[in-house]
Amino acid sequence: MRLDTLTQSIGEWLRGTGPESDIVMSSRVRLARNLAQYPFVNRATEQDRADTERILRERIVAAPMGIALDYIDVGHLEEVDRRFLVERQLISREHADAQGARGVAIDCMEQVSLMINEEDHLRIQCLHSGLDLHGAWEQIKTVDDQIEKVVPYAFHPRWGYLTACPTNVGTGIRVSVMLHLPALVITRQIDKVFRSLHKISLAVRGLYGEGSQAMGDFYQISNQTTLGRTEEELVQQVADVVPVIIDYERRAREFLVRETQQNVHDQVSRAYGILRTAQTITNEETMQLLSRVRMGVLLGLIGDVKIADINSLLIRTQPAHLQKLRGSDGDSSDDIERARYLRQHFEGGDSQVKTSAN
Amino acid sequence: MKCQQCDNPAVFHITELESGSVRELHLCEDHARTYLNQNEDAGGGSEGGGAPKKGVGQSAGGPLGVGQTADDLAALDQRVCEMCGITFFEFRNQGRLGCPHDYIQFEKELEPLIANIHGATEHTGRRPSRAVPAGADPAVGTDGLTEVIGLRRGMKEAIASEDYEKASENRDAIRGIEDRWVPPLPSGQSPTP
Ligand SMILES: [Zn+2]
Ligand SMILES: [Zn+2]
Repeated sequence: MRLDTLTQSIGEWLRGTGPESDIVMSSRVRLARNLAQYPFVNRATEQDRADTERILRERIVAAPMGIALDYIDVGHLEEVDRRFLVERQLISREHADAQGARGVAIDCMEQVSLMINEEDHLRIQCLHSGLDLHGAWEQIKTVDDQIEKVVPYAFHPRWGYLTACPTNVGTGIRVSVMLHLPALVITRQIDKVFRSLHKISLAVRGLYGEGSQAMGDFYQISNQTTLGRTEEELVQQVADVVPVIIDYERRAREFLVRETQQNVHDQVSRAYGILRTAQTITNEETMQLLSRVRMGVLLGLIGDVKIADINSLLIRTQPAHLQKLRGSDGDSSDDIERARYLRQHFEGGDSQVKTSAN
Repeated sequence: MKCQQCDNPAVFHITELESGSVRELHLCEDHARTYLNQNEDAGGGSEGGGAPKKGVGQSAGGPLGVGQTADDLAALDQRVCEMCGITFFEFRNQGRLGCPHDYIQFEKELEPLIANIHGATEHTGRRPSRAVPAGADPAVGTDGLTEVIGLRRGMKEAIASEDYEKASENRDAIRGIEDRWVPPLPSGQSPTP
């Protein structure tokens, strides 16, 4: 178990280094697979779940995938650790909240994660930094090929890979990109862009947010159908629209700089100011402000902040990360702790003294 | 999965049968309540008012199409998967199937639903490279291996009714099928007992 070492690192996909990473945070491909010889997870007995967990764990760990995998027994984790893995996008919320034997195998780069006993027996995920759908697809294909050699996937010639929910049947593939679109939000063009996406049957949803409002202007675009087209066609379907949205966002950013330069500079500076000085701050406000600062850095309005740092803060200021960084003895509230963490981060070493008054 | 009408998580998975076609609904609690109340107002449901419980099924029938009687629907609902024992009614309530064999057992019922979701009824993507074992019918894919789900269920029932002969027959049959279908662990590894 290396959860504690994970708190000290960040995943490759957060480094902000891939193509178009000013707008595309990450590219993700996942495959849904099931063992043919067991009921789907929702109908499995406790014994069935223990069996599928053991069979998949043994075989995945032994399969020669060319990457070192660590296995985490999610079924025996504390709630804070499960939430921590969700915040890092290594497991899904459903997987964290599920019951019974389950686990996840991850590589040290945090690019590959293999969830066992989520809605399907196996969910393989490859997460890459920036716009790299084809790279993620090539990697997941290799992983899937290696597992297929040692695991009998449920398959039917007409229906393809058989999944617990008919919405995933066929290829079992979900292709998605996480986009940062602050300028389209500010210029109120975001709904128009998304309505056009629905017409070509792509799904859009706000990321991180629980409600209808996307927290921090992060959106995920993904394919909705999985049957009747090849995996490559489905990857391409998402890959085709991303440059269009990138172009819209770039133009909106240029418009903001050209037409409302002072206004934008003011908004960005205020956001940066609050993050550096607040004494208490919610997760939601943090995301909103980090989003503004991220845009400010990319527009050259803020000089001394790195994009990778902002990406990392977006994850590390979430509740389970804060709780793990603070340890179990902390008794201040999340919002106070979050503000303290942000001040320390932005102001360097001497902030320790300034904040110890609490 | 998100609610189809807002961004809240979908906790109700309702499968509607109407006009001879099937429609899947994924709704949050609020939208499901609104939806089910609509049906009740229209005289659809026979349940009392109040908040619907998770997986409420009675209202999920919705308006029946021409030519589809309540008896037809009831008969359809009672169809059972031979392997995992799930009924079509249970699937309609949960929106989740019970085992891989359901795609064969309920193929006719699932076809319009899948066509509606995907706009297609034929897989054109990747296929496992491993061939099915000799003697198995490739037209049904891995269904020969999925048979062990039914055998395992039968074994449990046999043990419960103290029919140990039947139980050991099933155990042998399961072993035989798994030996033919399940590839060995990669070399150097031995399975835990
Ligand atoms: Zn809703
Ligand atoms: Zn079944």
